[in-house]
Amino acid sequence: MATLKYLLEKEIKQFMRNAFLPKMVIAYPLMVMLVMPLVTTMDVRNIKMSIVDNDHSSTSQELINKIGASNYFILETLPESYPAALTQVEFGEADVIMEIPKDFEQNIVSGSATEIQISANAVNGSKGSLGSSYLGTIINDFNTELHKKSATAAPAMLQLLVQNRCNQFLDYRIYMIPALMVVLLILLCGLLPALNIVQEKEKGTMEQMNVTPISKTTFILAKLIPYWVMGFIVLTLCFVIAWGVYGLVPQGSFITIYAAAALFILIMSGFGLIISNYSATLQQALFVVFFFIMVFMLMSGLFTPTRSMPTWAAWVSAFIPPRYFIEIMRNVYLKGSDFADMYAKFLALGGFALVVNCVAVLSYKKRV
Amino acid sequence: MKRETVIKVDNLTKRFGSFTAVDSISFEVGRGEIFGFLGANGAGKTTAMRILCGLSIPTSGNATVAGFDIATQSEQVKRNIGYMSQKFSLYDDLNVWENIRLFAGIYGMEARDIATKTDVLLQKLNFESERNTLIKALPLGWKQKLAFSVAIFHNPKIVFLDEPTGGVDPATRRQFWEMIYEAAESGITIFVTTHYMDEAEYCNRVSIMVDGHIAALDSPNNLKQQFEVDTMNEVFQHLVSNAKRGE
Amino acid sequence: MIPFVAFIQKEFFHILRDKRTMLILLVMPVVMILIFGFAISTEIRNINVVIVSPNQSESVRQIVEKIEANEYFSVVGTLPSPHQIDRAMRSDRADIALVFDANFEQNASVQLVIDASNPMVATAEMFYLSGIMHAYFTNKLQGILPPQSIGTSVRMLYNPQMKSSYNFVPGIMGLIFILICAMMTSVSIVREKEVGTMEVLLASPVKPLHIIFAKMIPYFVISCVNLATILLLAYFVLEIPMVGSLFWLCTLSIIYIVLALALGLLISTVVTSQVAAMFGSLLGLMLPVLLLSGMMFPIENMPIPLQVLSNVIPARWYIAAVRKLMIEGLAVSYITKELFILLGMTLFLIIIALKKFKNRL
Repeated sequence: MATLKYLLEKEIKQFMRNAFLPKMVIAYPLMVMLVMPLVTTMDVRNIKMSIVDNDHSSTSQELINKIGASNYFILETLPESYPAALTQVEFGEADVIMEIPKDFEQNIVSGSATEIQISANAVNGSKGSLGSSYLGTIINDFNTELHKKSATAAPAMLQLLVQNRCNQFLDYRIYMIPALMVVLLILLCGLLPALNIVQEKEKGTMEQMNVTPISKTTFILAKLIPYWVMGFIVLTLCFVIAWGVYGLVPQGSFITIYAAAALFILIMSGFGLIISNYSATLQQALFVVFFFIMVFMLMSGLFTPTRSMPTWAAWVSAFIPPRYFIEIMRNVYLKGSDFADMYAKFLALGGFALVVNCVAVLSYKKRV
Repeated sequence: MKRETVIKVDNLTKRFGSFTAVDSISFEVGRGEIFGFLGANGAGKTTAMRILCGLSIPTSGNATVAGFDIATQSEQVKRNIGYMSQKFSLYDDLNVWENIRLFAGIYGMEARDIATKTDVLLQKLNFESERNTLIKALPLGWKQKLAFSVAIFHNPKIVFLDEPTGGVDPATRRQFWEMIYEAAESGITIFVTTHYMDEAEYCNRVSIMVDGHIAALDSPNNLKQQFEVDTMNEVFQHLVSNAKRGE
Repeated sequence: MIPFVAFIQKEFFHILRDKRTMLILLVMPVVMILIFGFAISTEIRNINVVIVSPNQSESVRQIVEKIEANEYFSVVGTLPSPHQIDRAMRSDRADIALVFDANFEQNASVQLVIDASNPMVATAEMFYLSGIMHAYFTNKLQGILPPQSIGTSVRMLYNPQMKSSYNFVPGIMGLIFILICAMMTSVSIVREKEVGTMEVLLASPVKPLHIIFAKMIPYFVISCVNLATILLLAYFVLEIPMVGSLFWLCTLSIIYIVLALALGLLISTVVTSQVAAMFGSLLGLMLPVLLLSGMMFPIENMPIPLQVLSNVIPARWYIAAVRKLMIEGLAVSYITKELFILLGMTLFLIIIALKKFKNRL
């Protein structure tokens, strides 16, 4: 173990002397934390509406005003006919068309049924469905208001009081920011170790190390520890940015996050080292890592909820370590969960850390 | 005078698929000997050397290095050898003393010993001014001399040199061989592969590998007599002309 | 011309010999299509509902039954008091709590406590759940109230089954070609520089430009194979109807592939190490494509500076055009703008890359 000190010295000096790496440790978090939250919003806002009003009555105008007043829709134009509106959709100028039928007002007054036609561009599935849901709700409300005007003694109508907890103002950014920190750790702590050993192989210094009596564990540890430290620095930097720029502090305790991060970084670096052990060239290592990072990002629930997955995919995602860390980060930041709330997730991370790093040590072959 | 045996190789074989790189070779090397390991490219000399260093597992046969079995005790073997490879093997983004300190540390030397011995070494090499120079800034000849010094810094029983003087000018090569002689006198066994036939003349004994076999093994003088030629180069040409494996 | 062919062969051998990279290059699109097509979606499912109700009235029981019957929700239990909701949410046991008023039978008052960590999911949950309860009440009050006078009928254009894959396939194409063409070419050119073999090649009688073309052609071919794979999978597996013109879709894609190759060449002329080439491509290409092209995140939601920035990202135009051609089935006249922008960008990049390349020699 005394040799570990010398190896660590070497790794840290090499890292610091690299023209590229230390800058990246600072630049990456800045870029990801400052730009990505602005982009990764899935709020369905700014839905471009095109309304075809065939009635031109005061009631239809009232409904149009109500829609225009909501935060979600932008009233583009009022085209003459449905085909004209459809052309707007085709050119991307409108997302949803609402067609108000002729005799709209007259039917309402006479108490007979009337139907509003909603057509949504559903190429972007969530935008289509949410857009039409919003619209449906507005029309429902409009309907109720009409009822209230007409009905004198209405019986108890449903009184629904909605309370949003954990993210009171439905801000998508504060949902994404804790998860984006995880993305950073995946990128830096997974990719860099993967490139590290391959680089030693390409330069020939790996062979020199292999004829020395260093134990496998010491060698792997010397590669892991610097990235571990780096991960903590990056994470801390993220906390500072989240607090300074977005005013975001975790509801729960930093200790919970750091404990989970300690395990998670070990997993990612160990994973990178395994790939490194099996790759002969940098290009190869890079592509294998890329492939996994891609799968990790998509299957971990970063952008889409894991609960929405079909059973088979949910099983796959159970074997994706970032999934657990993303959940822990979000839970601590937004809900203030503590260790007891999430012991199963911690257990999963611990298990992965153990397995991955054992494989990393075993797959490092000093002789062939 | 019978020297103490430090390398003992017995029917060592290495196959890669159907290709037999090293075909049942046997030899012994005594303590303090400078043992030249010659052969054309692809003759199997590098493979054989890698087996002895514990970098490669033999397909069959036995070998002991410094008294340890290479198949079962490769880590003990590594403790007792030094190695300098064909590719340049110091870290070029570390400076001179950092490289020395790193490798000495890996072999378990005490920090204080490392510091004093580094001073002595740099003084001897007349290299104190370059103490803080990054390796990549040094000329090749200096790098090689330094790599050799690092390979024997921890006083190994045996040092393996894989084409140590490739691409170096003749003057530096001579200095390099002086260092080798000095190491041998201090009791370190030198196991060296080389392309240069004049260097073969400097060895106590040479073995010449052809197609995975050892085609000849004796002192340079005896070999020249045996083949009735004047230089090692001619000995080599004579043996290699029958080789089946091309360059 | 013969040495040129020999060079192309050499590059092909290089790539074919590296089985692992080859495998990933060919399998990546398939895996991505499968993930996007079948594994992930933004639809909500498996939402855990807990009930807090002081008394078990008939209406409460019926509403709980209705929720239970819904495919999106599962009622996982009851909590004795609203104070325990927080704990249940913290440990992910509950996503929504329905807190019924003690006098629910009389005042029909109910509180919906939602774990709104993910606002999109929370909003959808709220809509669906309030829809269920509204329907229950409308049903119950039939005859008492005048009939609902305004109905709505919803039509989903182009994607009636609301498959999220429709949205993602163009994005996958935009990403994969950049990844393979730009990143692989830049890394492989820089690798030859780093190892020193570039000088050997440049010293040969082959024109430097030919060497570069020879490097690009294999990646071009692989990209075309990927294009075919993606289109076949999209048609047969994801059952995207592909009503638009196949000819224009391929032409558009080939323009985009050439553009990506030019980008790769440009990167390789600027950087000197493989690692730098990788991170350059990662930062300069991958992330912008993922984030700013409208592939996953709608451009109109971004702040204005980023919207402006997204205009210079080729993938944005490519993805928009592919969407129109492939999914909306529009005629080529609808994508002339995108087509010309991409052509312009391609020419611009080729000219700059060649200029830089010559300067370096």
